Amino acid sequence: MNAILLMLLGLGAMFLGYVIYSKFIAEKIFKLDPNFRTPAHEFEDGVDFVPTNKYVLWGHHFTSVAGAAPIIGPAIAVIWGWVPAFLWVVFGTIFFAGVHDAGAIWASNRNKARSIGALTGDVVGKRSQSLFMIVIFLVLLMVNAVFATAISGLLINFPSSVVPVWGAIFVALIIGQVIFRKWMNLGTVSILGVVALYALIYAGPSFPIELPETVFGVSDNAQWILVLFAYAAIASLLPVWMLLQPRDYINGLQLFIGLFLVYGAVLISGPELVAPAFNTNVPEGTPSLVPLLFVTIACGAISGFHGLVASGTTSKQLDKETDLRFVGYFGAIGEGSLSLATIIAVTAGFATLADWQAVYHSFGQGGVTAFVQGGANILQNGLGLDVDLAQTLLTVMAVLFAGTTMDTGLRLQRYIFQEWGNIYNIKWMEKAAPATLLAVGTCLLLAFGAGGADGSGGLLIWPLFGTTNQLLAGLTLLVITTMLVKLGRPMYVTLIPLLFLLVMTIYALLIQLMGFYHKSDWFLFSLDLVVLIAAIWIALESASVLTRLVRENKAAKAS
Amino acid sequence: MKIRAIVDWVKNANAYATEVYNAPYRSAIARAKRDEDDLFMMLVFSELMGVPNPASYYTLELQPLLLERFHQWHLRMGMEHSPLDGFRCC
Repeated sequence: MNAILLMLLGLGAMFLGYVIYSKFIAEKIFKLDPNFRTPAHEFEDGVDFVPTNKYVLWGHHFTSVAGAAPIIGPAIAVIWGWVPAFLWVVFGTIFFAGVHDAGAIWASNRNKARSIGALTGDVVGKRSQSLFMIVIFLVLLMVNAVFATAISGLLINFPSSVVPVWGAIFVALIIGQVIFRKWMNLGTVSILGVVALYALIYAGPSFPIELPETVFGVSDNAQWILVLFAYAAIASLLPVWMLLQPRDYINGLQLFIGLFLVYGAVLISGPELVAPAFNTNVPEGTPSLVPLLFVTIACGAISGFHGLVASGTTSKQLDKETDLRFVGYFGAIGEGSLSLATIIAVTAGFATLADWQAVYHSFGQGGVTAFVQGGANILQNGLGLDVDLAQTLLTVMAVLFAGTTMDTGLRLQRYIFQEWGNIYNIKWMEKAAPATLLAVGTCLLLAFGAGGADGSGGLLIWPLFGTTNQLLAGLTLLVITTMLVKLGRPMYVTLIPLLFLLVMTIYALLIQLMGFYHKSDWFLFSLDLVVLIAAIWIALESASVLTRLVRENKAAKAS
Repeated sequence: MKIRAIVDWVKNANAYATEVYNAPYRSAIARAKRDEDDLFMMLVFSELMGVPNPASYYTLELQPLLLERFHQWHLRMGMEHSPLDGFRCC
């Protein structure tokens, strides 16, 4: 099959989903009211609550939720063939992610813009709220460990990207100062910043940098992981305007340029998909498609992380309630299109089936490296870019995403530690520096504990990360469903995704648990067990809350 | 006429870009600024609360200027009413 057809099918289906399904959701289920006074107006303070233009808000929401995860997931999951990954991304975006993201903004908007975590406490119960904190902590822990491993792998596979990746940080630091001190307007700075970044990318292949294979017995992979965490720790302690804000902005521009280039190159070159539609000849040790596909691709089909962004910041800036259809649902579609681009890159970007099989020789392989290789081939054929340059460009894009997520993730983890220090009255843990050290320490423990001393196997926990992320989505869906039931509206649009997610995550956790048991990997075994307990807990909580509410509704109707 | 339209477009694009740049971090930055301002408030009003301040000769002049923010500040610090005797606020 030709990649152009796949691209048009996917984008077309998601667009129809926006035009038809999201309209149905907005009008019939959420019953959005343009005259509802949103929290942004009600509590307007110029700090947290600021009514914001819907396109600006969409850009903010989309770039906060889109990162390296919607690239890594599909790039691993095509091992089962492109059809399953494609279907799950497209239908997941339409029926799961869009509803979940828009629903999270709606739920928060109707509850004084409180975060989903706080809402869980109010709407569902106190027990679920503490559960929520634990699940969030686990997600952040895993995302930092996984991304550090993914970045270090990229830096080793593509040494030409080392100069632009670290150079981009200096570009961001300069932009931060220029904007903060109002030396130039942002239009000029954006153009200069993008030019500087692409000049670095252009120069990258001429100055490849490789670390020595071992230093004091530490492998190059492990060295990069240590360097990355040292960097992330420092970055997360800096004020946001200095580094995080300008880098996030540049990443946003990069995201649009990257998507535009990849889709443009696909349209021009029209490559054929070389990967099998259904891979009947999966490498040994590959787990079964059901349920693992549904946790391997989390972001890009449905991701609990979006609920945190949607209810944490987006809902506080919503100008009109009806805007949330565009911001939430179309934001999810933006991320789905990034995953779709990844699927095309990793299935059509290789010359022959044998090349593809060489990359996907065992489960957990592929990932971003395959995305960079495949995407670079497509860029070369479509736009005539030099393959080294194209690889550097895509590597920089992926690494910058992952790096920004690490910075944000570590910051959030630090806040959690500080909050725990506050709750349990541990004075030293309330301070920023020790809390950051604690956060970095736990992440390193996971990165090396899961992947061995060279840190190369950190991606083993990817499915476990996906599972935890889905659990978070499950909690958000539970909140939305509970609200719908309380309002006496049909609950199936969120209940069906919720049930599906719970069944798939618990099933996947059990399968992985057995796998870790057979491998005698007690570290991951215990981690899996913790997540499993949380998952079962959420399932029981959902059942008890929903049956109680449905019974109450029936009783109210009868009387 | 055409040049005028282009200039307007660029200005408009610039305004949008600035909004995109600032919107995500507005609250974090404003909160950091507020923390700094709170510290400054405490320095200015410290003498009234019995904390000696070597610079009170200068900060005294600032008190009337900061009075507008005083009410917000003592509420934020968890004091329902003005903590200072002879310094009525609400």
